[in-house]
Amino acid sequence: MKIAIASGKGGTGKTTLSTNLSAYLAEKHKVVLVDLDVEEPNSGLFLKADLHYSEDKYKMIPEWNSTACTLCGNCQVVCNYHAVLRIMDEIMVFPELCHSCYACSELCPTNSLPMIAKKMGELKHFKTSNFDFIESRLVIGEEQAVPLIKQTQTYVDSKFSDDVIKIFDSPPGTSCPVIEATKDADFIILITEPTPFGFNDLKLAIETMKELKKEFAIVINRHGIGNDDVNDYCIENNIPIIAKIPNDKEIAKLYSKGELLYDKIPEVRIQLGSICSYILDIKEKI
Amino acid sequence: MKEIVVISGKGGTGKTSIATSFAVLGANDIVIADCDVDAADMHILLQPKNSISEDFISGELALIDQDACTQCGKCFDVCRFDAIDVNNGIHIVDELSCEGCGYCARVCPVEAITNIPQNIGQWHIAETRFNQPFVHAKLGIGADNSGKLVAHVKNKAKEVAKELNKSFIIVDGSPGVGCPVVSSLSGAHFVVLVTEPTVSGLHDLKRVYELVKKFHIKAGCIINKADLNKQKAEEILEFMKEEEIVHLANIPYDETFTEAMTDCKAIVEIEDSEVKHLIIDAWNKVKELNK
Repeated sequence: MKIAIASGKGGTGKTTLSTNLSAYLAEKHKVVLVDLDVEEPNSGLFLKADLHYSEDKYKMIPEWNSTACTLCGNCQVVCNYHAVLRIMDEIMVFPELCHSCYACSELCPTNSLPMIAKKMGELKHFKTSNFDFIESRLVIGEEQAVPLIKQTQTYVDSKFSDDVIKIFDSPPGTSCPVIEATKDADFIILITEPTPFGFNDLKLAIETMKELKKEFAIVINRHGIGNDDVNDYCIENNIPIIAKIPNDKEIAKLYSKGELLYDKIPEVRIQLGSICSYILDIKEKI
Repeated sequence: MKEIVVISGKGGTGKTSIATSFAVLGANDIVIADCDVDAADMHILLQPKNSISEDFISGELALIDQDACTQCGKCFDVCRFDAIDVNNGIHIVDELSCEGCGYCARVCPVEAITNIPQNIGQWHIAETRFNQPFVHAKLGIGADNSGKLVAHVKNKAKEVAKELNKSFIIVDGSPGVGCPVVSSLSGAHFVVLVTEPTVSGLHDLKRVYELVKKFHIKAGCIINKADLNKQKAEEILEFMKEEEIVHLANIPYDETFTEAMTDCKAIVEIEDSEVKHLIIDAWNKVKELNK
């Protein structure tokens, strides 16, 4: 079973929920936590874990070989991303714009643009005392998160069977990296805070999940601040709110130090219990 | 005209609250650009009026004409994005996976595939409730090309700033280090990094600053909720010293932030708050550094 934890707005508690929920679930179930926020992966900061395996991840980009090139310019014509340009008597490749579609390379009449591997990130597989943790991080300057998210999911699929509960800590926002991180999930938890920003971005996230035809539920974090708009909206639209994590400076302090909450704050444990039973009900149905 | 970009790496550190406060303080000498196009929030506080909106067309998606298609499978063979689904021998495009490279259309022997330009969102030019020019946008759900929309919003803001002879553009950026952030940094004059003294705040600050360095842009930093973890705050200050990042302010953990937002106001509109004066000082420093 795959559960993605997402939010429109950043900083609403995705990583807090992902790490604590994984640790809590792992008391009784087989769990793997996967940090798919490859631009800013944070889950690992909250876990004591040993490195089990790591590998560099590559994307394929064309590299110009001038020997046989006739400068016909077909590569420039077929590239929809303007990543290959003929400038005077040279072919220039802009790797950060390249989507690795292979069109320029395979449609080149003289095979002058062979594809080569370029490092785009690193995948690390850790083991904590009772669950597995996988993290990928994007090389700084690399603009596209999607290929790394995709490769990370392929790794997870190859290593863990269907009965393992997989928790995906997703990137913020509603654009392509979020789609990639959530589109294979069986269930999505959207975490928000009850403020105007939280509410606005939650509505965007809900729209996204509806578009993807995903089953989802809401967790309200920092419950007690802001206003009732999130709560009222969810009730009106029959969207389940499965937990409310209180606004508590003690939680903020533990978080700042990189500590988990589930074993220290009783109320958090109660809320995790409620999320957990909701998830297990869904797991039964699948 | 100077372009000031507010970013944070980590989300939820107070980026938009700070950027909006700078916008209020900038009075009639600024243009505002909300470049967090996939979760834009500045409009909630700035309540734009007289808005003019336009669709933003960027990128393409493949479409297979089933009447012309011979189901030969060449498109499936060349697609690197697993975007051609085959159901009972019928080839169709999975729109969520298609990245619009157009390779399939080029190899289709019967020209059954067309590339359809995509409307990926809307951008707006408006006036804030303080009568300042305000450019913002809304990316379509799950859309690609957020970087291009960011660049478009910034270019529009630049045009307006030049035309009206304004001194500053305040840009609210997005979290992360990927294409929208890269796009918001390109051409900027100064970066305001908003962070918090937490393990993730510092970790993400370091990563996003590595990106800022690639652009050779001078940066200043605001530590929000600075008293939450004094030791982490110290570590951030040390990092700033090493990297020659200008310290703009330490803002204490203060519920005023959320209260102001709940009232749809910028924090600097809350009279007599300590935070207000700290942000005014920070803005004055930014102005001084960008004379």
